[in-house]
Amino acid sequence: MGSQGMPGFMGRTTPSFSDFLKKYAPGLPPGGVPRGNPDSDLIASLPHATTLIAAVCEHGVVLAGDRRATAGSMISKRDVEKVFRSDEYSAVGFSGVGSVGLDFVRLFQVELEHYEKMEGRPLSLVGKANRLATMIRGNLMAAMQGLVVVPLFVGYDEDSERGRIFSYDVAGGPYEEHRFYSLGSGSVFARGAMKKLYVDGMPVRDAVLACVQGLYDAADDDSATGGPDMTRRIFPVIGTVTADGYRRLSDAESEEYARQVVESRMVTPDGPPAQLRVS
Amino acid sequence: MPFYVSPEQQMRDKANYAQQGVSRGRSCVALQYADGILMMTPNPSSALHKISELYDKIAFAAVGRYNEYENLRKAGVTYADIMGYQYDRTDVTARGIANYYAGELSRIFIESNKPFEVEVVVTEVGERPETDQLYRITFDGQVTDEHGYVAFGGDVARVSAVLKERYSAGMTLAQACGAALASLAALTAPSGDSNGGAPDLTASGLEVAILDRARDHRKFRRIRGQRLENLIAEARSAASPGSTPADGTPGTSASASDPEPPTGPTPPS
Repeated sequence: MGSQGMPGFMGRTTPSFSDFLKKYAPGLPPGGVPRGNPDSDLIASLPHATTLIAAVCEHGVVLAGDRRATAGSMISKRDVEKVFRSDEYSAVGFSGVGSVGLDFVRLFQVELEHYEKMEGRPLSLVGKANRLATMIRGNLMAAMQGLVVVPLFVGYDEDSERGRIFSYDVAGGPYEEHRFYSLGSGSVFARGAMKKLYVDGMPVRDAVLACVQGLYDAADDDSATGGPDMTRRIFPVIGTVTADGYRRLSDAESEEYARQVVESRMVTPDGPPAQLRVS
Repeated sequence: MPFYVSPEQQMRDKANYAQQGVSRGRSCVALQYADGILMMTPNPSSALHKISELYDKIAFAAVGRYNEYENLRKAGVTYADIMGYQYDRTDVTARGIANYYAGELSRIFIESNKPFEVEVVVTEVGERPETDQLYRITFDGQVTDEHGYVAFGGDVARVSAVLKERYSAGMTLAQACGAALASLAALTAPSGDSNGGAPDLTASGLEVAILDRARDHRKFRRIRGQRLENLIAEARSAASPGSTPADGTPGTSASASDPEPPTGPTPPS
């Protein structure tokens, strides 16, 4: 069956969408290697997405991202989204070249849903994380030419009933992270903040607030990370994944967290001080 | 082959063969209700589905040989996901998938010695009931655009007759469920002896799914377990006292005004 020229849709045996797409339309999936020498000026002029923070919380996990995309020293976009629902029980974000990252997110979303429909059950959380690693590894040659994309994957593990975080590098992964993780240009500062703010088993609301504090600190010291934009009312994108599934916080909710942080910073610009001694 | 078989005879033989395969099983019904589309069929297996999700707003229902319609289902999922990835999620339509199935089924009917013994229905829930779509595709690739309800497979005439009488536009889910149960109960008639008697019209013997207009993103949802038991109980107790004949028991396939005599071992209402 499916004997006419291009591979038909009948007689499918493997449930992977991205594998099938490569055979069906080789030009469609991301990760194609550009020919010729990389033009570093051109690649620097592409919008790059920046900082993300993930934190495990009580019965789930939080993924938050700032809204800035930069092209070299320019701000190319103020309201970019880098946190996405990948399926009912997981979320994915990325840092790196925006256009390639969006392509990967879109393909990953279809990959998960396709598997679920073909097999009649969703992939396990680790299965999803591994699948993303394979897809990112396929981009390695392109990454070496400058089209770098690094994802961050979080999800609710229905088997162990907890949130989990998986990080990657340009060659794949996944590396399981515990407690919290940050990614992108402002990640060093975000990690410093999270170290002082994170508490094991935090309720979701506290974990979201910690992430927004961390993003504020990243924006404070990294020019490529955008802080809350009070004048244009652009606030971090925050997704939570719990037993109830993925939920993107509404703009109003996100604004409330951002205002809370900004107001507290009016009093203590460097944020809430941590305890010096463990009591 | 030593004997000459005229093309007309060959096509007739193939059509008869496929038609018999489709009629042998149990019927499946799909019908619109106010907030979506309900699909129901007797199916003792909870793993081998006859009703499945194809895309955000689009569902698949089939009767006939499992391996053949399962192949079609997977092809439909692939078609839909490729289209949605290539263009946009809103560019995937039931009409497109129905046409794709029509092409595949007619090609198989003509080219292969053994036609597929299947009948497929593709449904799409729209923004409003008027934009809901039901397409029926037969084993030889004919497509029909159905309105309101469709019964296919098994003893279609009998199930359709009940459905026609019980269906009305703008029903609630429970009313639609009552109509579907009543129509499938018509299969209790001992006409198709290969059916092995009455279908089991309880939660464990039914496969039920809806396309829920109110849901976000993926509108397909299976109704099973306790939810299905509740829905069936609601359908039996309510069974629409207003617009449709008030025969509460789903086993009762015909009301007093039904021209056909009541069928099956069910008590009169």
